[in-house]
Amino acid sequence: MAEIKQLKDPVSRRKFLAVGGSTTAVAAFLAACGDDSGTTTTTSTMGSGGGASETAEFGKGDVGILNYALTLEYLETAFYADVVKSGLFKGADLETIRKFGREEAEHVEALTAAVKQLGGKPAPEPKAEFPLKNAKSVLELAATVENLGAAAYLGQAANIQSPEVLASALAIHSVEGRHAAVLNTLLGESITPDGAFAKPADVKTVLKSVEPFLVE
Amino acid sequence: MKEQLKTPELAAVEVDVEGGDLSRSDVILKGALAAGAIYGSAMVSPFVRKALAMSESGDVGILNFALTLEYLEAKFYAEAKSRAKASGELKSLVNLLASDEQQHVEALAATVKKLGGKPVAEPKFNFEYNDTAGFLKLAQTFEDTGVSAYNGAGPMIKSKEVLAAAGGIVQVEARHAAAIRLQNKEEPAPAAFDSPLSEKQVLKAVEPFIV
Repeated sequence: MAEIKQLKDPVSRRKFLAVGGSTTAVAAFLAACGDDSGTTTTTSTMGSGGGASETAEFGKGDVGILNYALTLEYLETAFYADVVKSGLFKGADLETIRKFGREEAEHVEALTAAVKQLGGKPAPEPKAEFPLKNAKSVLELAATVENLGAAAYLGQAANIQSPEVLASALAIHSVEGRHAAVLNTLLGESITPDGAFAKPADVKTVLKSVEPFLVE
Repeated sequence: MKEQLKTPELAAVEVDVEGGDLSRSDVILKGALAAGAIYGSAMVSPFVRKALAMSESGDVGILNFALTLEYLEAKFYAEAKSRAKASGELKSLVNLLASDEQQHVEALAATVKKLGGKPVAEPKFNFEYNDTAGFLKLAQTFEDTGVSAYNGAGPMIKSKEVLAAAGGIVQVEARHAAAIRLQNKEEPAPAAFDSPLSEKQVLKAVEPFIV
């Protein structure tokens, strides 16, 4: 099974792995991020000033939201890299997958920079494995991931404090929506599965959906 | 001058009212279309953000601008049902987009009322195209412009509820944009960010419109 090879941050990964039990990879990941954020958010001036936010485990305020988004973008980037390597796609579909993968990688870079700019510590890259059986199931997984990614951004937009962070998140959110529409089209499904108004997804739902792909 | 425009089809779009004054929303929409015509749809985002900041009309003003934009899109697709000569898959897409934009119009008008405001009246639009290709080209520009406009307006919105609702609409506009771009055999998601301009580029380009 495909696996992410580029482990840029072995220390945080070990930390992540050490706490992880077989069914608690997400919880362990969250715990690891929580530890990190406690030492770094004091320099942030963009925090929401306390209160239990959905993304508190990823850091306070906007840093937590950005790190949550960064984690999802890492997963998307890794997923597309694995799909490209799988050899399941050729021609125009392969080009689309490469293009989307490059765009997700740009999101990773931008979010990492944004976390640092706010004085936070970027979340570590999670280790993931994706089932890559055949082209159709991979496209279905890609559509699920992109629709979920778009819904995840939508779920956080109103929680973002800084107008600049919000502008960046919106600029990414609509690109995730574009990706989702393309994959839905390739599958012969509706480009707007929620109808005229896209629905948000909360952190719990999103993390539960990606949990099967995280490996300890 | 026309050959210097980045998106000349936007310059040909008319926004007018009969026997009355243009609303503030109409004026911002005209400015947004002009900004898009000259610099491309990415410029619409910073233009809208600056224009809304300067108009100081709050969430009701922002919603009324979005409503004007949705009036344009709804009218465009309603007309396209008979004018675009679409068939097969494209015909279904036109019907879907017409329905979505009409629902956006109704939702935005209802939200303006809920906030105690008065929904702006629909201006008169004129769209210049003669065939399916012309329709598709304009549709792509409108959808990209819509995404850019909402993304620019987003950070100006005060109410969390209104922002969440606008987010639910802009994602659908982005999905429309991708679908229309696929019809045009264009990159559905041409860039990693839907407003990739630097602040410096923005200020330079926006200056002629609002100073």
